[in-house]
This record gives sequence, C-alpha cells and structure tokens, in this order.
Amino acid sequence: MSQSNMKLYEVFIRGRRGLDHKHVGSLHAEDSEQALEYARDVYTRRGEGISIWVVNSSDICASQESDCESFYDPLDDKPYRHATHYQLPEKVNNM
Amino acid sequence: MNMSTMNLNRSQDEAELEAEFQRRIDNEEKIEPKDWMPEAYRKNLIRQISQHAHSEVIGMQPEGNWITRAPSLHRKAVLLAKVQDEAGHGLYLYSAAETLGISREELIDALHTGAAKYASIFNYPSLSWADMGAIGWLVDGAAIVNQVSLQRTSYGPYARGMVRICKEESFHQRQGYHILMTLMEGDERQRKMAQDAVNRFWWPSLMMFGPHDSDSEHSGQSMTWKIKRQSNDELRQKFVDQSVEQAEAIGLTLPDPDLRWNEERGHYDFGEIDWDEFYSVIAGNGHCNRDRVAHHRRAHDEGAWVREALDAYENKRAAARTA
Repeated sequence: MSQSNMKLYEVFIRGRRGLDHKHVGSLHAEDSEQALEYARDVYTRRGEGISIWVVNSSDICASQESDCESFYDPLDDKPYRHATHYQLPEKVNNM
Repeated sequence: MNMSTMNLNRSQDEAELEAEFQRRIDNEEKIEPKDWMPEAYRKNLIRQISQHAHSEVIGMQPEGNWITRAPSLHRKAVLLAKVQDEAGHGLYLYSAAETLGISREELIDALHTGAAKYASIFNYPSLSWADMGAIGWLVDGAAIVNQVSLQRTSYGPYARGMVRICKEESFHQRQGYHILMTLMEGDERQRKMAQDAVNRFWWPSLMMFGPHDSDSEHSGQSMTWKIKRQSNDELRQKFVDQSVEQAEAIGLTLPDPDLRWNEERGHYDFGEIDWDEFYSVIAGNGHCNRDRVAHHRRAHDEGAWVREALDAYENKRAAARTA
C-alpha cells in the first residue's frame, strides 16, 4: 500500500484530569481527524487516557542533546539557585 | 418551537452542564481548558491568575532596585537569579491565564489601566539591603504558603503552574532568611538594619493574604469552585505560626505586642491588621503605586521596537518563502 499521502503524527495522551499530556508514540494518517481516530484505536485500548493530542511530526521543533551545553546549560556552576545551598539553623531548616 | 421554549431549553442545558461541572469539582477532578465552564468561573480565574502573574512581574522592581548595590558579587548573582525566576513565574502564569481565552495584550493593558491588581506589598519601597532579606523571607514566605495551597486549585493549568513555581520558590525564601541571619550575626548597626526591615515588612506581609474571610468579596464562590482551597484567615494563621519560630531562631522580633501562643487554639494569637492602610494601598495610595505601573509601562513601550522587529523579520521570511 502506498503511503504517499500519509503524514507522520506524534500522539500525546492525558492520563487523567490534572496531568499534562504525555508523549506516547506516533502513527501515520491522512489528516489530523484520522490521526485522532487511529490514536484512539492504537494507544487507548486499555483506558490509558481521557484526552488525546495529535501533532504533525514535522511541526515539532526539537533541540538536540548534543547541543545541551551551549543551548541550555544547567548552570551547575551556580549552586546558589538551589534551596540546599543555604545552610540554616536546624530548628528552621524545613523552610 | 417558539423563542421562549428555545430559551428554556438552553437554560436547561446550561443547568445540566453546570451540575456536571460542579460534580467534577466536588469529586476533586481538575477542570481543563476545553471543558465547559461557567462564565463566572472563567472570569474569576482570569482575575486571580492575572493578578498573580502581575504580582510576579511587578515584584521584580523592589528587588531590581538593589541588584547594582548588592554588598558582594555573590549576593548580586543570587539576587539576579531570583529576579529572573520571578520573570519566569510571571510567564508561566500569563500562559495559564491565556488558556482561558484572553490575550497577553489584554492582560498587560489591564495592568496599565489599573483594571487588574497585583499584590499590594510591592507598593512598599525597598529602602535598605536588609529589605532584600525581609522580602525573601516574609514576602516570598507568604507567597509560598498561598501557592502550596493553590497546587490543589481546580483549574488544571493553574495547578500545574503552581507545582512548577513552588519547586523554585524555596530557594527564594531561604536566601532572604540567610541575608537576615548574616546581618544578625554582624554588628549593632547591621542588626538594627535587619530589625528595621522586618518591622516594615511584617504587617504588609500579613495583608498579602487579603481581607478577613467575613469581608472577602470573592472567597465564598472561589471556595465552592475550589479555585481557592483554604481561606485567607487560615493561610494567614499558618504563616504567622511558622514565622514566629523562624524569627526567634536568629534573634529578630516581630513587631506585634499582641503576638502570643494560645494553648487552647494551638496557634499564635496576633494583633489586628491596619485595614485602612490595606484598602488605601489597594486604592492606589501606597508609596510606590504610580511608580510601579509607570515603570512597567515605560519598559513595555521601550520594548515596542523589539516586537516590531520580530514582526518585520517574520514578514520578510514569509515573503521569501512564497517568492
């Protein structure tokens, strides 16, 4: 079967109210409506969630792990941005 | 079907939707952006979340005031990092408000016209370095008490934003306390400076929790809808109880002659807030109200060229794509 018109979609599911949508996988579909139906058929067979998002994979703009250092340095050299950096008296240390 | 039956059906539908909405809330389920919600719930949330966002953003000003005058490079770096966090918190909250169908432009405009409020504590000036300590310990401390409670608010995006913010706030309070602790270990003048900052910020911090429950305009409905999970007075009590021991541990005195442990209640009793001052500052008559908004307006106007440049760049790229 030709998949010439099929586009790749990424599927995100909200497990229950109050949680963020989480990426669960991807699938091919003609359009977003069909992608939603496929996602329902494939990814929610055992009550996995209450809401599905489908997004064209080509619309996802992603950073690369190899760019980590220059792109989003975790700033480990700035430990004062963490609560544990501050030594407080024992009595009030649960602040 | 005539008009009046149609209207009747519509209001019946609405009543059913509202019953379902309230059932969800009673069951501790979150409301998510695409769910049906009563218009008043949406409005109330926009009011509260945007007020919260504006507070984060305006709150950068009293602390920004001391970045260039921090007593050491280390304290300066800490203060910069904290103010950056506040900007990020504002962004999380504006984004949560926008899921309710209001735009950033409308939100900012409401701040500038005064239609939207922000925490009135930020209308007090930051006069000394010790104020950076008092603001971190007391103002962020009070905000945390409120925000911990709001992690359980009924609107999903707001609750999730609160979880993110609370993770970052603990550093804010501890660095403030650390500033005061260090001053209290110093000489007489430094101890005086720390005590003076606490004297000025203690009462406005208690005011941050809002009017008494009995006088709070929005509280009843907000509790039924679980936008708020604990009342103003409950949260204020929690803050007082935790602050007393923290003050004692480094030799600070809280400026309230009526503050004493009540064995029967299992809480500290404390004096009455000066509500005239509270309402006067909210009405725009604090020391810094006009300055804070004027400064924000100026920064916003002076940033207009960046927004225009971004727009122009995008238009140029779009033109290149179609050419």
